[in-house]
Amino acid sequence: MIERSYDVIIIGSGAGGGTVAQQIGELARAGKRVLVLERGPQLADHEFTGREREMAGALYEDSGGFLTADGTMTLAFGRAYGGSTVVYTGTSLVAPERVIRGWGVPGLDHADVARRSATFAAQNNVHLLEPALLNDNNRLFVDGCRGAGFHAEQFPLNLRGCQGSSLCNLGCPNAAKMGTHRVQLPAAEAAGVEVVTRAEALRLEDRTALVRVTAARPGEKGLPSSWAPGEYRLRAGLIVVSGGAVGSPALLLRSGFGARLPRLGHGFTCHPAHILVAEHPQPITNDVGHPKSFFVDRTVEEGYVLETCMYFPFTTAKNLTGFGAPHSALMRAYPRLQMILVLACDKAVPENRVAVDKHGSAVVHYTFTRETIGAMVRATRASAKIFFAAGAVRVHAPSADPTLIERADAGRVDQLIDERHFLLGRVSVSAAHLMGGCGMGRSAADSVTDSLGRVHGVPWLRVADASLFPDSLQINPYLTIMALADRVADGIKADARDVIP
Amino acid sequence: MPEPVVAPVRTIFRAIARAVVPETGALGESQWLDLEGIVEDALAQRPAKVRRQLGLLIRAIETLPLLSTGRRFTGLDVERRTRFLTTLQNSPVLLLRRGVWGLRTLVFMGYYARPEVAALIGYRADVRGWEARP
Repeated sequence: MIERSYDVIIIGSGAGGGTVAQQIGELARAGKRVLVLERGPQLADHEFTGREREMAGALYEDSGGFLTADGTMTLAFGRAYGGSTVVYTGTSLVAPERVIRGWGVPGLDHADVARRSATFAAQNNVHLLEPALLNDNNRLFVDGCRGAGFHAEQFPLNLRGCQGSSLCNLGCPNAAKMGTHRVQLPAAEAAGVEVVTRAEALRLEDRTALVRVTAARPGEKGLPSSWAPGEYRLRAGLIVVSGGAVGSPALLLRSGFGARLPRLGHGFTCHPAHILVAEHPQPITNDVGHPKSFFVDRTVEEGYVLETCMYFPFTTAKNLTGFGAPHSALMRAYPRLQMILVLACDKAVPENRVAVDKHGSAVVHYTFTRETIGAMVRATRASAKIFFAAGAVRVHAPSADPTLIERADAGRVDQLIDERHFLLGRVSVSAAHLMGGCGMGRSAADSVTDSLGRVHGVPWLRVADASLFPDSLQINPYLTIMALADRVADGIKADARDVIP
Repeated sequence: MPEPVVAPVRTIFRAIARAVVPETGALGESQWLDLEGIVEDALAQRPAKVRRQLGLLIRAIETLPLLSTGRRFTGLDVERRTRFLTTLQNSPVLLLRRGVWGLRTLVFMGYYARPEVAALIGYRADVRGWEARP
């Protein structure tokens, strides 16, 4: 076991960890030893090929197919230098005031979150894509919304020099997406923060992280770790856990914090999603251009959000319900396909939580409530209306039986799409907005941390990632994660004299 | 490398694959081996328990039709294989629905994740983006 000492160790390099690393860069400049550990690899620019299987294997946990305990939903989260910011689409929204107020976290107010979000939006070059760069898939969504009576809004995106490869979810091959791997981590490293990849935190002890560094497998993408493979015992004055809504609670649980923090792992939400597909009579531009430029927010009225999207052949095939000739026919229509992602704004319920198995591996228990299923079905109906209003000839609706609805039946979507056809295990449900598990709050009785990510009763331990959310954010989360991580960094700087020897 | 899952049940797996993606009926032997290699690679990352369960499910799919048709799955024509898998997919038993979902997902991965098939269905995404489109 190799032993080393640091002042601050940050575990995870995504929107949370990457932001903390940058924001406490001044401590590194002042001579403090700051370390970031990332479980995944750092890819060289030329390794972002856009090929579906190899990029999913290189950048996602379980290639993007991490299953919930009962196997009814897959969770997609990144595992790379930059975490999930490498594989998201860069959609940059500020948390709604109603959500932050609804969380009721003492010391956390919306104005502060909004102000910090604006800072990171500017830093990440967030802007609206110019109309000339929008593809048909997005334009048809806007047209369909207009025709069906929905209000489409354009996503602000964190891009610089987007070429329109459409491959955002496989890691931008043109270095155009301003994730932490492009902005915050390089800034942190320039300030003297050390970043070590392929380093998995096995467990935490008092001011200590036990870490395993692994070598790249033959043929595996990514640069080698800067540390030799092996096990390390790392001492630190302060440890910041930023492993995401699955990784952070799992690490704390297998480190034995569950007994003193009864809310650890609880409050998990994830915006369960369907990928919906419709066929147009003519080819459209769908696999070129930014895939996610518009959305419809019906959270308050109906509990869902619709977003444009476009996925790759296998991901598309997997997310269509069923198989056989009808499935193949839809896949062969790929150049004519329009896609919409529907997301249910699920609520934190006691059944949904992160746990660990006997080996310490993360297990996500997720039960679909009636409200969540209802929201997904309503969202599917709305999407079908938008598709038909945009000119689609048939729509694939997972919660219809048969799943294909022809244009002649466009007036009957409310009857054809129904909760009784939402059969878990048959319909494909996936989620990529993973939240909660180390929620903020007042005390250990109702939460894991305070509003600055300080773990109740453990002065050397902080959390900075989406696991801090006490409940669903109801929008795309990364800008809010950065805002909260910025608060955590401020707390670290304020407490530095006391907690860092 | 863990023990292979597909190789010991190759005939049944290919019969299932033909029902899931009818186009696989036109695959040559080397293409089948490519497809199965992709599936084996994916399964190698999964826990031993999952691999064992999948092997059991594939064997169960072979014998279960004996009860209703008097024939094994591989002895049915494609239409009846599809009907049988559809029955499992709509089963009231979550374990069966999940099993069929997982199996068809593996077949989709083996078939659609190959670049030549992506091109065949008209998928044209290019790292150069708009510049690559005339």
